[in-house]
Amino acid sequence: MSPEATRQHDLTRLSAADLASKLASREVSSLEVTDAHLDRIHAVDSDVHAFLHVAAEGARAAARAVDARRAAGETLGTLAGVPIAIKDVLCTLDMPSTAGSKILQGWVPPYDATVVRKLRDADLIPLGKTNMDEFAMGSSTEHSAYGPTHNPWDLDRIPGGSGGGSAAAVAAFEAPLALGSDTGGSIRQPAAVTGSVGMKPTYGGVSRYGAIALASSLDQVGPVSRTVLDAALLHDVIGGHDPRDSTSLKDAWPSFASAARAGQQNLSLKGLKIGVVKELGGDGFQAGVTQRFQEALELLTSAGAEVVEVSTPSFEYAIAAYYLILPAEASSNLAKFDSVRFGLRINPTGGGTVEDVMSATREAGFGPEVKRRIILGTYALSAGYYDAYYGSAQKVRTLIQRDFARVFADVDVLVSPSAPTTAFKLGEKLDDPLSMYLNDLTTIPANLAGVPGISLPVGLAPEDGLPVGIQFMAPAREDARLYSVGATLETLLEDRWGHTLLSQAPDLAPQEMFASEEGAV
Amino acid sequence: MSSETPPTVSTSANSRPAGSGTPGEITTDQVAHLAGLARINLSPEEITKLTGELVAIVENVAKVTEVATPDVPATSHPIPLSNVYRPDVVGETLTQEQALSGAPDHDGSRFRVSAILGEEQ
Repeated sequence: MSPEATRQHDLTRLSAADLASKLASREVSSLEVTDAHLDRIHAVDSDVHAFLHVAAEGARAAARAVDARRAAGETLGTLAGVPIAIKDVLCTLDMPSTAGSKILQGWVPPYDATVVRKLRDADLIPLGKTNMDEFAMGSSTEHSAYGPTHNPWDLDRIPGGSGGGSAAAVAAFEAPLALGSDTGGSIRQPAAVTGSVGMKPTYGGVSRYGAIALASSLDQVGPVSRTVLDAALLHDVIGGHDPRDSTSLKDAWPSFASAARAGQQNLSLKGLKIGVVKELGGDGFQAGVTQRFQEALELLTSAGAEVVEVSTPSFEYAIAAYYLILPAEASSNLAKFDSVRFGLRINPTGGGTVEDVMSATREAGFGPEVKRRIILGTYALSAGYYDAYYGSAQKVRTLIQRDFARVFADVDVLVSPSAPTTAFKLGEKLDDPLSMYLNDLTTIPANLAGVPGISLPVGLAPEDGLPVGIQFMAPAREDARLYSVGATLETLLEDRWGHTLLSQAPDLAPQEMFASEEGAV
Repeated sequence: MSSETPPTVSTSANSRPAGSGTPGEITTDQVAHLAGLARINLSPEEITKLTGELVAIVENVAKVTEVATPDVPATSHPIPLSNVYRPDVVGETLTQEQALSGAPDHDGSRFRVSAILGEEQ
């Protein structure tokens, strides 16, 4: 490996925070950093398939512009010049936005999502768009119309979903940061199974304007990264009130990066009370997941935290409520794909009315999981069933919120494993929708109640050597608490290991091969 | 909510009071009707497969009725917000060209679609 190739390789291994400080001191240029990541994408993405679209030229132009402004003495934002991958559910002016669906193949939106605009305003460098389950419906990225993403730890396994592309991109060192969206765990579960970090902010904490809606009362955009501090830095950029999203909160948010740094520096958790959610663990959870989770609890205890078990009985009904509310909202949100204003249009042979065209377009444009959920949602909202299904699910939502309120009166944060198992094999659950839905057991309650949740890695399961994640949840608006506690645990774990978890992942690009690809994009 | 029955729903399902805890019967006719409402053409094979899957899913999700007692209020939104206003000012909007940029067909100023009404109408 040439010195230049080594330097490029090393640049992709740095955290966003470290890249940011090297950029600010002009030790490296944004163009160098961007090229290093584009080279890495070129070298490994044919195996990983994290990206649906790579905007090499746009990224290099944006990087050059940042470098020029920095050279001219301008003071730029903290993450200026740092590359980022964007989940394809977010609208981008200069890149296709398909949400993983054929019905939007090639569609370039006429506007940027607010979070994308904020990235550009903060001078981050969009590298491209990441793969996802079609319209974010799935837990494995296998429901993408463009083929699955592969887990960088084992290419035969799923990277989680729906945001498997964003998680795999950061885990495979193709990007230091990514944006995700989390409706029932689509940021946190992929983070767990790829050994990365994913944060679902408080509902309303980050704008949803320009995020192609799945279930509007559950969807939340959030950061994907390799470290807790990086997630916090990105959250500081994308968070805050947006008049274009009527569900956006007007709160004045604290600096999440400051909270994460405080957590890294003060490793004592004395005074913190942690509730272990009884219903989100135990039977049905993989042994190695439970083992690493328990070890993390011991570490938290040894750092001074008080760890108690809490019970939230209504969580048992969360998946059932979710798989009524989500399809119901999705069936109405996806009505907009009607072959009139954007996307695919299929004209049936022999012509037909606009209704015939819509029905033929939606048949051809939607995949099986999307059809399944639209039909289920249409059923749940049908006259005669509405009260029994959708109405009851909304009542369960109240019960879940009450459970959260009750336990949060006693503890500061809740913990559970982020997912019941490590990454399963591609294809393993594809023909069994119910079994796929059960993956979201641990993550769904936070969406139903609107509370924030973060997943970070706590080790590898002994039986399969695959990453295990821990999830922390806090009361609504207490996102900063998660960054602080998360950064403390991350620091304690890395002190114990002597390295980061992701440094143990297989190097997907053998060094010789990487060197020979040098400079090629 | 209306208790009116969609044409293909079996009467046995309709005769149950809402929230009785028993899942409605799902038939291939009903799935075909739902697909029509959702404007998705489905092949007979897809309808048969979906019917089986929906029966299994609905059996599972119907457990929400076990705890959804009349005294529990419904929650539709996770964080309570009411009366969200913004200043009534002229803002940035899409141009006609931008709005039409992704349309499958247009005439330069409007979206173009095939006939709205069928011949018999």
